[in-house]
Amino acid sequence: MFLWFHKLGSPPHFYRIAGKWIPWLNWIFALLLLAGLYGGLVLAPPDYQQGESYRIIFVHVPAAWMSLFIYVTMAVCGAIIIIWRMKLAEVVLISSAPIGASFTFLALVTGSLWGKPMWGTYWVWDARLTSELILLFLYLGIIGLHNAIDDKRTAGRAVAILALVGVVNIPIIHYSVEWWHSLHQGPTVTKFDKPSIHWSMLLPLLLMALAFQFYYVLALFQKCRVELLRRERNTRWVEEL
Amino acid sequence: MGGYAVFVWPSYGIAAMVLWLNWYLPRKQHEQELRQLKRRQKGN
Repeated sequence: MFLWFHKLGSPPHFYRIAGKWIPWLNWIFALLLLAGLYGGLVLAPPDYQQGESYRIIFVHVPAAWMSLFIYVTMAVCGAIIIIWRMKLAEVVLISSAPIGASFTFLALVTGSLWGKPMWGTYWVWDARLTSELILLFLYLGIIGLHNAIDDKRTAGRAVAILALVGVVNIPIIHYSVEWWHSLHQGPTVTKFDKPSIHWSMLLPLLLMALAFQFYYVLALFQKCRVELLRRERNTRWVEEL
Repeated sequence: MGGYAVFVWPSYGIAAMVLWLNWYLPRKQHEQELRQLKRRQKGN
């Protein structure tokens, strides 16, 4: 197992493995997405209070979860970069940033589109929304910082530090609805002892969340392969492709 | 959509666009990189 991880850290090995997995990930993502959409848009009944508008949650909630998950992944990569200076961790961190920014943007826009009919406004400066907006700025900051430094190894260390510092925002986002009075509703699904959502809505939501997880790995592998080709263009393994 | 179509469908439309862009652009960039590599190899 350790040997497998060690080998995965080598750029040529990762490039080949990712290339082999991409077609499978495409299929798994497509199937999960279709099942989730069918469950969420066709099978799930309308909500007794929110009517059909609640169907936005089938993209909003998985996108919001992914925005947090990807940032934590990037912070873990940041720690690996600082401790072991692993090249592949730099590639994973910087390739994750645009995907994380996209999911954060999606969570904010879909939340805003749900907020208008339910709260009567597209935006309020409340703790959950503001901390999620800060997360988007952190993602954009990481992308900007990486692009501003020519030497990729130095850029890798700089974004690692920023990713680690910014991770303090993650518990703030998660617990914001409990720590402060917020228009945003409290935990619904993550109350594992008694989720306050019916299984006919919970199942498609979890399918969509799983689809988004597979999508992240798929998009990440594709971006990592491009980044690896750019960084290693003068190495023998790239020339032998 | 019970009067909420104007909010629900744009949400799904934006989601589709974001997912498609993050899937399609790296594929195109990968092809470009490989093409450049081949050109360089021919040039040498």
